[in-house]
Amino acid sequence: MLATPLDVRLLEKGMSIGEALAAFNAAHEEAGGVVSFLGKVRPDGDVRALELTHYEPLTLPGMEELAANARTRFDLDGALVWHRIGVMNPGEAIVLVATAARHRRNAFEAADHLMDHLKSAAWFWKRERRDDGWHWIEPRDADRADLARWNSPRT
Amino acid sequence: MSVTLLFLGPLRDLAGEQEREVASPLDWAGLIEQVGPKIAAQLEDDRVNIACKGKVLADKRALIAEDGDEVALLPPVSGG
Repeated sequence: MLATPLDVRLLEKGMSIGEALAAFNAAHEEAGGVVSFLGKVRPDGDVRALELTHYEPLTLPGMEELAANARTRFDLDGALVWHRIGVMNPGEAIVLVATAARHRRNAFEAADHLMDHLKSAAWFWKRERRDDGWHWIEPRDADRADLARWNSPRT
Repeated sequence: MSVTLLFLGPLRDLAGEQEREVASPLDWAGLIEQVGPKIAAQLEDDRVNIACKGKVLADKRALIAEDGDEVALLPPVSGG
């Protein structure tokens, strides 16, 4: 069962994408459009695994706030925001975002907005295991730029 | 009478431990003294945040942690 209008979760194990999207669709019968984004661990050179750590008191409440903001800003019927924590292998799902709205533009933009904010404004720390051991992933300028575009006038 | 210090993300490696009990009360000056020069240098970076009792401090230098409080040291979140 999904919570409505917002279903926000941290998951320690893999997610069933098809079931989640079917449930989200069923929970928002009135929506004119549903958009979804699935983020996966990139198979990248010698990367063997990706580990995401979080901080319990901040991470989930922060994600809930992002979802609530997106709902207001884009007049959503609802949103699903699921994020993995723990160790993942290349090709595995890290994040699933789905948005439902009366009109498609809002659903597209809200999914984009949510992803940019999850990437650079949510409390996650990532490290990847390569052949020579674990490496922390630094903040990237590109992510900050992605976030900034939502603050310029009317985007 | 103690405060729990929590080292998140890369700070955990730098600290060599995930958490540590230190004497309470704990303020900014006390924290800097407790964590050693390497972590202290990180804490001076504006992009590193501090949470006390599960809330991010607007001004980390105004930290006042009492007995039983958890103080989390939060490096910048990863992109990618």
